[in-house]
Amino acid sequence: MAKYLLLKHYRGAPASVNDVPMDQWTPEEISAHVQYMSDFAARLEKGGELVDSQALAPEGTFVQYGGEGRPPVTDGPFAETKDLIAGWMIIDVDSYERAVELAGELSAAPGAGGRPIHEWLELRPLYDAQPTLTDCPWK
Amino acid sequence: MNESLLRSLTPGVLGVLVRRGADFVAAEDAVQDALIEAVRVWPADPPRDAKGWLVTVAWRKFLDATRADTARRRREGLVEEEPEPGPAPATDDTLQLYFLCAHPSLTPSSAVALTLRAVGGLTTRQIAQAYLVPEATMAQRISRAKRTVSLVRFDQPGDVATVLRVLYLVFNEGYSGDVDLAAEAIRLTRQLAASIDHPEVAGLLALMLLHHARRTARTAPDGSLVPLAEQDRGRWDTSAIAEGVAILQVALARDRLGEFQAQAAIAALHADAPTAEETDWVQIVEWYDELAGLTDNPVVRLNRAVAVGEADGPRAGLAALTALDDSLPRHTAVAAHLHERDGDLELAARLYAEAAHKAPNLAERAHLTRQAARLNTRRSH
Repeated sequence: MAKYLLLKHYRGAPASVNDVPMDQWTPEEISAHVQYMSDFAARLEKGGELVDSQALAPEGTFVQYGGEGRPPVTDGPFAETKDLIAGWMIIDVDSYERAVELAGELSAAPGAGGRPIHEWLELRPLYDAQPTLTDCPWK
Repeated sequence: MNESLLRSLTPGVLGVLVRRGADFVAAEDAVQDALIEAVRVWPADPPRDAKGWLVTVAWRKFLDATRADTARRRREGLVEEEPEPGPAPATDDTLQLYFLCAHPSLTPSSAVALTLRAVGGLTTRQIAQAYLVPEATMAQRISRAKRTVSLVRFDQPGDVATVLRVLYLVFNEGYSGDVDLAAEAIRLTRQLAASIDHPEVAGLLALMLLHHARRTARTAPDGSLVPLAEQDRGRWDTSAIAEGVAILQVALARDRLGEFQAQAAIAALHADAPTAEETDWVQIVEWYDELAGLTDNPVVRLNRAVAVGEADGPRAGLAALTALDDSLPRHTAVAAHLHERDGDLELAARLYAEAAHKAPNLAERAHLTRQAARLNTRRSH
C-alpha cells in the first residue's frame, strides 16, 4: 500500500514516440484520446486504486513573499520554463511494480493515427504519512 | 454508547448470518446496516441482549434486501424458513471470518480493508479516511474483495500466518483520520487471541502492546521523531508493557518460537531497561540471531548490525553491515549512526544527509537531516 504520483508534462519530459502536437490530430483522434483517459480513471476507481486525477492550465503565475508589510511579488508566466506540468494522477497500489504497470497503460493513450503516444510519464512515490513503527531500529 | 464494544460484536453477528446460509456479500452489507441502526437507536433504547438485537436486525435487513433483489428471487426458498437462532458457535465464526478476510486470493490492501470492515465493523468512510483515499475508491476496493472471497467456503480452515500479516500491516499504518489503526489492530489481535490458542498470535499481540506503550514518547511536541535512546522512559505506558511481557512469557513457555515472539522479545528487552545505557544488547543480539533463523527478511540483519554495534562496538557493527546489500532501506542511516559512534564525524554527516535523501517519510527525513546538521555544526566550531 503505497501512493504514487503519475506526472504528465507539457514540456520537460523526453520526446514521446508518437510525437505529434494535438492540434494536428483529427477530431476523432482527440475524442478517442479523451475517452481513453476518462476510461482509465474510471477503471482505476473501480479497482480501488484511484486517489486523485487533475489537469492543470498551462499558464501560471510565480508568487514570492514581498517582505514585511508588502504585498506578494508576482511574475511570469515564463514561456521559457523548461519543465511544465500538465496534470497528474495519484494512485494507491500494493507495489512499485503495479505502479509501473499502470503508468505504462496510461502512456499507451492513443494519439495521432490512433496509435499509442508512448508518452514519458514521471512516476514519483509520495512520502508515507508517518514512519512505519516496527521495522525501524531506532524507534 | 461504546463504539468499540458495538464493533466487537460484528464478526460474531456476520458469522451467524453466513452460517444461516446468507451469502457473504449480502450478509456483510446487512451487518453494516444493522450497526448503523444500532448507533442511531441504542442511545435512547439500549437492548438487553446487544448481540441478539444485531442478529435480528441484520437478518431482517438481509431478508429485505434479498426479497427486493429480483435477480436473487431464487433465494426466496431459503429465506421463507427462518432457521432457529440456536447456540451460535461464536468463537469459531469469528475465527473463520478472520481467515476469510485474509484469504490468500486477496491483495494485501484488499485484505486489510475487508478485515477492518467485516471483522472490525468500521465504515467504508472511516477506512477511506484512515488510508487517505476517496470513499468511492475504498468502496470499490471492499466490494471487489468481497466478491473475491464470496466463493470461498466459510468453513474452510485458514492459515493463521496470513491473518497475522494483515493485522501487522494495519498496526504499522499508525493513525490518520478519526480512526486509530494501531489501537484497532491491537483490539483485533486481542479478539483473535481469544478465538485461537496460538503462540504467534500471542507473540504479535505482545509485540503490538510493547511498541504501542512507547508511542507518546516516540514523538516530540513539534512532531519530530525521538529515537529510542533519547526517549523519556517515564512516558512509556508501564501497564501496556507489563501486559505485553506477561503475554509473551506465556507464549515463549510453549516452546514454539516464531517470528513475532522473537520480535516481541527484543521489544521487551528494550522496554525492560530503566535507561538506554542499561539495555541488554548482548541478549538482543542473541534474539536477532534467533530471528534471522526464522525469517530471511533482510531488515532483521540490518537491525542486528545496530545491536552488534551496541554490544561489541561500532567496528563490529560496521563489519556486520558490510555483509548486507547497501540498497536496503535505512542501510545508509545505520551506516551513518555506526560511523558516528566510531568517531568518523565527517563521513557520518555525509551519510546522514544521503540517508535523509532516501528516507521513506517526512518525519525520518527531517530526523536524519537534523543529525547531519548537528554533526556539520559541531565540526565547523
